[in-house]
Amino acid sequence: MASNLSTPDATRVSSSRPARPTPGRKNRGTKKNKGPYPYWFYLVPGVIYGLFFLAPTFSSFYYSFTRWDLFTATWIGLDNYEQFFAEQALVIGLRNTLIYAVMTSGLKVVLGMALAVLLTSRIIARGYLRSVIFFPVLVSTIGVGLTFTVLMNPEKGLINNALGAVGVAGPGWLTNPHLAIFSVGLVDVWKGVGLATVIYIAGLVSIPQDYYEAARVDGASSWDMFRHITLPLAKPATASVIILSLIGGLRSFDLIWSMTKGGPGFASDVIASVIYKQYQAGFFGLSTAGSVVLFVLVTAIVVPLTWWLNRGETA
Amino acid sequence: MKNLRGVVGGSVAVVVSAVFFLVPFAFIFVTASKSVSESSLLKFSWPQHFVLLDNLKQALAANDYLMIIAFINSVILTVVSVAALVLLGAMVAYVWQRRGGRFAGVINVLVLAGLIVPPAVVPTIWVLQKVGLFKTMPGLILIEIAFGLPFCILLFRAFIASVPRDLDEAATVDGAGPVQIFFRVIFPVLRSVMMTVIILQTVFVYNDFQNPLYFLPGTENATIQVTLLSFQSQFNTQYNLLFANILLVTVPPLIMFMFFNRKIVEGMAAGSVKG
Repeated sequence: MASNLSTPDATRVSSSRPARPTPGRKNRGTKKNKGPYPYWFYLVPGVIYGLFFLAPTFSSFYYSFTRWDLFTATWIGLDNYEQFFAEQALVIGLRNTLIYAVMTSGLKVVLGMALAVLLTSRIIARGYLRSVIFFPVLVSTIGVGLTFTVLMNPEKGLINNALGAVGVAGPGWLTNPHLAIFSVGLVDVWKGVGLATVIYIAGLVSIPQDYYEAARVDGASSWDMFRHITLPLAKPATASVIILSLIGGLRSFDLIWSMTKGGPGFASDVIASVIYKQYQAGFFGLSTAGSVVLFVLVTAIVVPLTWWLNRGETA
Repeated sequence: MKNLRGVVGGSVAVVVSAVFFLVPFAFIFVTASKSVSESSLLKFSWPQHFVLLDNLKQALAANDYLMIIAFINSVILTVVSVAALVLLGAMVAYVWQRRGGRFAGVINVLVLAGLIVPPAVVPTIWVLQKVGLFKTMPGLILIEIAFGLPFCILLFRAFIASVPRDLDEAATVDGAGPVQIFFRVIFPVLRSVMMTVIILQTVFVYNDFQNPLYFLPGTENATIQVTLLSFQSQFNTQYNLLFANILLVTVPPLIMFMFFNRKIVEGMAAGSVKG
């Protein structure tokens, strides 16, 4: 991105102002013509970003090795990390984070693709369907969480009543410790699948219709066309959906906090909720170690995956 | 044949989507319209006594009109943050796209980092405390700006790449300075992408729960999402009021959505006039 930009820029600058051909030298000697693109436009956003995002991110590495009360920090080496990986409740949080992220992004890919294929086919009420599926994306996560907590009530909830009406005994969606994290994940998919669908629709409509017509002439079935035309050509959309939902899934907090608060017990805790609980309990060093663990986890998964998916796209 | 399949397929999809996507919203509406005792049954049914307005009034008046205060706080937070994000995001994207140069690579890394890296919570609180802005609205606004900037910059940059440089050059020849060029020439051209940025960031900031929870705790200056969750424990026997609150919080995005859809239609109409 940066390299294909700098070429035309460099030629332009050197042709209009041959006084500074070397990019390393500043134009502090030259009169007052700073060019129409002044660097001081970076100043205010740079300070805000540096102070409230970069500085906390960098200092988190130091404070994660300390016992900390915001005023004095005592170096305790790896103690926080040892505790993080030794305590059962915190290990569950780590495992749940991975389960949640993989489950939600997997389902969003599959359902988003299926809905996009449906909504780009010749069916009636497409506009209505798109709106209805997309609307939950805009709605408050807390509102959605509270509503589904009530709908998933094991005895009185609408979901189990509906299942009971067709003779299925519904489970304790949020009260069963083995199920709770998956139930929250399903609600996350319900809320987020609209965004995946919209991304896929944009990807699908950019595939030239000629490909499908040529395949049809050759006698390809609908499945063949999906498998060999739609799926490979929608790969950039798939990459976007996977990356977006993985980042969201690994960091997710709002929905889990509004539905289970990590419960029952610690059964549905994720790293983000552990960070909050340790912060509330006053263990600032431990909480910060949680932030670092989350940082490492997100970076270690998302950065190589982005590189791999984008590499495959150009190859 | 094809048409029949479209009608049947569409009808099935409409029914299925209604069950999955409309019933939860209908449930919010009917529960918010019921009496206390009826709402506690958690049934999906039309209310026997339709008392939506009473419930809304009660929900708004609860805790000395906390919901209204929270709503005002959310509006201030959203408007100021989004306005700053639009201005600062466009300024960075403009210089980044146009000038490239030494900082271009750095900014690329910073923007990507901002999109991927989860913020470290307690160190952020520590910084806010150092500058005396912890538990203040300006502090939270600055946080929203810092976390929202990378996404805005990317959107603006992609659009600015399509704005011809001739515009800047013509203005330079006319003797305009950088500030004039940016505000008089570039900024007005960015109208359509600005609309997108405003809509998306408004939704993000208005719905944000985690940052207000950490950086603006306390009830007197809480935002609407935090207040909504705090009502869960308070109204755990009054589901009608809890859902009246959920309904109130859901209405602004719904209005936004209707508005947003119309914008698309308007844009298409304008495009077809030109084309």
